[in-house]
Amino acid sequence: MDKESVGSELLRRFKYNKSAVFGLIIMLFMIFCAIAANFIAPNDPYPSPPLLANKLKPGFWSDEGAPGMPLGSDGLGRCVLSRIIYGTRVSLTAGFVAVAIAMILGITFGVLSGYFGGWIDAVIMRIVDIMFAFPALLLAIVIVAVVGQGLEKAMIAIGIVYSPQMARIIRSSVLYIKEMEYIEVQKAIGSSHWRIIFRHILPNSIAPVVVYGTLMLATAILDCAALGFLGLGAQPPTPEWGAMLADSYSFIVSGAWWAATFPGIAILLSVLGLNLLGDGLRDVLDPRLKQ
Amino acid sequence: MKQYIIKRLLMLIPVLLGASILAFSLIHLAPGDPARTIAGEHASAQTIERIQIKYGLDKPLITQYWIWLKQALQGDFGRSIVSNEYVSKEILSRFPNTLELTLFSMFIAITVGVLAGIVSASRQYSLLDYGFMGVALFGVSMPVFWLGIMLMMVFGVFLRWLPISGRIDIMIPFTRITGLYLLDSIITGNWAAFISSLRHLILPSLALGTIPMATIARVTRSSMLEVLKQDFIRTERAKGLPERLVIYKHAVRNALIPVVTVIGLNFGLLLSGAILTETVFSWPGVGRYVVNAVQMRDYPAVQGCVLFFAFIFVVVNLITDIIYIYIDPRIKYQ
Repeated sequence: MDKESVGSELLRRFKYNKSAVFGLIIMLFMIFCAIAANFIAPNDPYPSPPLLANKLKPGFWSDEGAPGMPLGSDGLGRCVLSRIIYGTRVSLTAGFVAVAIAMILGITFGVLSGYFGGWIDAVIMRIVDIMFAFPALLLAIVIVAVVGQGLEKAMIAIGIVYSPQMARIIRSSVLYIKEMEYIEVQKAIGSSHWRIIFRHILPNSIAPVVVYGTLMLATAILDCAALGFLGLGAQPPTPEWGAMLADSYSFIVSGAWWAATFPGIAILLSVLGLNLLGDGLRDVLDPRLKQ
Repeated sequence: MKQYIIKRLLMLIPVLLGASILAFSLIHLAPGDPARTIAGEHASAQTIERIQIKYGLDKPLITQYWIWLKQALQGDFGRSIVSNEYVSKEILSRFPNTLELTLFSMFIAITVGVLAGIVSASRQYSLLDYGFMGVALFGVSMPVFWLGIMLMMVFGVFLRWLPISGRIDIMIPFTRITGLYLLDSIITGNWAAFISSLRHLILPSLALGTIPMATIARVTRSSMLEVLKQDFIRTERAKGLPERLVIYKHAVRNALIPVVTVIGLNFGLLLSGAILTETVFSWPGVGRYVVNAVQMRDYPAVQGCVLFFAFIFVVVNLITDIIYIYIDPRIKYQ
């Protein structure tokens, strides 16, 4: 089978998976919002000075709404819709960076552990066990406690926290591939470890990396928002969804429900989209992983 | 079996040692002088000197760790910088609140999740099945803090059915025995307190329980579908056993085995979720305590919480694994 037919076969299987296509559409929409935020957002996400006269105005459903702010305004008179649109940029970037860090660390240690085995494997896997002894969010909070608060630090913290999971996945994939005959052949003809790892093992472990990377992106966005909500991630005035929720949920008591409702829907939708996409990719790329 | 449990118990030691090293290094990784970090910004020179002596901060790192570990093993994590109380005392006084919240959420999650899963599987592809599974799909993607805010808004602010924060109505006299409010009010026969604390418990538990509920429902469904395909179920149907008995007496028992694992795995999520839920509902538990400690840079408190959470987490995982062997004797462990 040549490469093209494998690709079109995968594409065909993917297209039949309705929920995965739906997930992909949500994701593409999010990415579009992130890229085109400057053009599609109706207002400035950080007007300065703050338009306090427009504070907590409802949106399109009310006659008293602030003009040009379809989803209403927040406690500082800023347009909720515009901040959500700019927020896709923050959340997607944070998620991608965190997953990239997790992948770099996870692949490095996973390959070392699975390929070389022995004491290297033992040491790495014990460290992984220790990191698994903490709920992920708690570990991220602890890292933030050391390195300090802020969006960049939150991304790094989440990346580190997710790396053991990635390392385990890669390790088991490497252990499986290592026993294949073509690897034996490579060893027999004297290929270097380097060459075997980069040319033969890694390209064959790509399926689980893509699948779990997508699912991990979903939880990374969720955890970044959680840190933002706790005041440990993105700091105001950054339009980050979690931080937006933290800023505005005290206003629900006075009836201003919109500022705390819509950012949460944005989080929910992007996580849902990525979960659907990840599940779909798993079914398509790696039928063995299907439960 | 016994050997397996002993082996698992022994495996806890390196993990907890690792966790203690992590907790210990927090102070040294944080910027600034450790003694000042422990004592707090406004501590006097004498306090700092006292701490330097107590923790042996002029000695080599290994010795320092040893001193710290010995004290930690005796439950002494030092005093909180913020309140000047013993950290262990503060954690233990808050823990019952977190425990009650997590147990009650798990109770809701298991009852609703398992039932929804069974009903969905026994009527696969029905409207009910699609409905439950659709809700469950949203449930697993739900940010728990946002769900908490939404529940608070709908049932607390708009409908005014339930209180939105706190543990119990402060006007109601309450005697604290175990710290678990529902239990304590039953022991003392204080029904007003029971109802009030139950009302305070409902919204946070619903928020916290939804994600595990969704996962449990999905796993129960797929595991039930698997079991329903097996030969012994066909035999039972063939011999004319009523469908109700086939499902609830024979299929469910076998289907619940993977569900137990999922419940165990979800406990970690529940602890993470508790940190967020407690913040939303101003619930005076350990989760909110650790967030405050990080925000205030109260390192002794953070260290205490880290070890405490790690301990609870690994113990729960151990218990899950042990239960797993009991309910599924087919699994053999070396």
